[in-house]
Amino acid sequence: YSTEATFETKPFKLHKLEEGPSTSVTIGRDEALLLYRQMQTIRRMETAAGNLYKEKAIRGFCHLYSGQEACAVGMKASMISADSVITAYRAHGWTYLMGVSPVGVLAELLGRKGGCARGKGGSMHMYTKNFYGGNGIVGAQVPLGAGIGFAHKYKGDGGINISLYGDGAANQGQLFEAYNMAKLWNLPCIFVCENNGYGMGTSAERASANTNYYQRGEYIPGIWVDGMDVLAVREATRFARAMCAEGKGPVLLETATYRYHGHSMSDPGTSYRTREEIQEVRQSRDPITSFKDKMLNSNLATAEELKQIDTSVREEIDKAVKASKSDSEIGLDELAADIYAVNLEPVIRGVTSLDTVKHVNIGSRVNLN
Amino acid sequence: KQLTVRDALNSAIDEEMERDERVFLMGEEVAQYDGAYKISRGLWKKYGDKRVIDTPITEMGFGGITVGAAMAGLRPICEFMTFNFSMQAIDQIINSAAKTLYMSAGEVNVPIVIRGPNGAAAGVAAQHSQCFGAWYSHCPGLKVISPYSSEDCRGLLKAAIRDPDPVVFLENEILYGIPMDVSDEVMSKDFVVPIGKAKIERPGSSVTLVSHSRGVQLCLEAAKELSGSGVDCEVINLRSLRPLDMETVEKSLEKTHHIVTVEQGWASSGIGAEISARIAESKSFFFLDAPILRVSGADIPMPYAKTLEAACLPQPQDIVRTVKTLLNVK
Repeated sequence: YSTEATFETKPFKLHKLEEGPSTSVTIGRDEALLLYRQMQTIRRMETAAGNLYKEKAIRGFCHLYSGQEACAVGMKASMISADSVITAYRAHGWTYLMGVSPVGVLAELLGRKGGCARGKGGSMHMYTKNFYGGNGIVGAQVPLGAGIGFAHKYKGDGGINISLYGDGAANQGQLFEAYNMAKLWNLPCIFVCENNGYGMGTSAERASANTNYYQRGEYIPGIWVDGMDVLAVREATRFARAMCAEGKGPVLLETATYRYHGHSMSDPGTSYRTREEIQEVRQSRDPITSFKDKMLNSNLATAEELKQIDTSVREEIDKAVKASKSDSEIGLDELAADIYAVNLEPVIRGVTSLDTVKHVNIGSRVNLN
Repeated sequence: KQLTVRDALNSAIDEEMERDERVFLMGEEVAQYDGAYKISRGLWKKYGDKRVIDTPITEMGFGGITVGAAMAGLRPICEFMTFNFSMQAIDQIINSAAKTLYMSAGEVNVPIVIRGPNGAAAGVAAQHSQCFGAWYSHCPGLKVISPYSSEDCRGLLKAAIRDPDPVVFLENEILYGIPMDVSDEVMSKDFVVPIGKAKIERPGSSVTLVSHSRGVQLCLEAAKELSGSGVDCEVINLRSLRPLDMETVEKSLEKTHHIVTVEQGWASSGIGAEISARIAESKSFFFLDAPILRVSGADIPMPYAKTLEAACLPQPQDIVRTVKTLLNVK
């Protein structure tokens, strides 16, 4: 094996920056194996979610991250434990990376009690330490992320916040409000536009007067990065994180990426783009395949080793699916749990005035005291 | 001792900021300008830029920022210059602040206070003169306070800041400058009024008048006049709209057998409507000797002209008329 290897990334595009991240990136063998495993786990987990949706075991909305794995995995690789994340509704991958097990994610999708939100949040509302969701309202997570960044700075805890949104949300007015205040107050925030080319079925070109999302913070330094290259994302995040941590204020990243599935499971994803386009990306730019090739070509790992990882990931996800399916939903005794951290309602009304539901507290209420 | 509503609010914020480092105030003109309505007077000088923060005019943005800061462990007080402008940010209040604890199965509670003047003001027409009590109290996950007096404002704002849940605190601009009698106890730093409990402002036996915010003042004036006609009104100041203290309302109704709700907001799906429905669904319904009547703002966007504006808002005379009709008193 090689213990480490160095690769060239695609050039970064810069906005309001004299110097950008290094295009020469080095990675050690152990970390490379970890990033590979993380991307494969997300891919497998999303495939399982897609199947469960088709079996009608998952209800409602279900937005899959397949194709975009390098964005989250690359960013996580440059975070420290004090850092926090808030993202949009395409949240399964991030939930896993921030510490929830595949069972915690899949059981949540199935609405079961082993889910990270006990089945009360579902696909778009998953949380764990330093991970503030999953937000179902397009763009709403960005001011929230600026507020979390504000709290990092206020507390002086050394953390920074990463808030992610898609190219669709990039046109929401509230983003520009958040950019403005983050810059005025030098908040430690990385705003990440995951540009997968389409906001639902509307291509970036049909929705944005300027599709160079890394420039759209105007006065905020921006970096365009190849979002299909996990090492480029890792390097850009490392660079942006250092700027935030030095008190230079917010940085905007645009990760150019692609989603293989439709916008959500109800969208076949072929009326506004061609099957050929999807195939072309899968074959030539897939984040996992291309990273795998890099690892093999540089002797960071053998094909056998990677195959072993694939097998063990598949087993882990299969097991997680089984465990999630055999799990049950929470009882109705938890129906009115945790509406309030400290409930003051004398009764919680049920469906009729004859039914009252008892309020209980189950969760840890991290900001109780 | 007398204390204005404004000073009650100001001293409550000041003392709670002193008590807890995590409490900060953010909003338009709260710092260098001393507050558009001077509620934050002197606080920027005392606490500085870190804790009293002027924002640009971007309600949705700083609404979201304060909610995010609360999720991450701070205790923000988010001031809207008036609640009319909170409509720009209502998504962050309902979808982010009110629901996150439930959606996260009890993990992430959101200890924020969202406050500012609410309700009918004077001569500012339709966009700046309306009550959001019904809008916010509709939503589970929020606690909604609508104080009347200086005592209410001081004790309830302190309670709201200490509360671990999102609290919408609806002040009334017209009351800001009014001095009211307060006891020494109210001036104590430990004075806190429990959220969710109504106060009987005036005990009585003939009819229950239940109201909130400035409506309480109208009820007290009406009660004074009605006492001349031998009608003894019990006036209930709800203080909180969510939770709604129906126990106090029902107990009063069981004594007086008559009830009139009074609010400055619109009647449709309003606070009086909710109280009426809850009475209709409860055993206290059988104590009613007459229908429940509502006195409310007229079902009209607020006009600018003085006489028209007055005609859209309940006056003490409207309450007197309603009570006399209800009790069949000439």
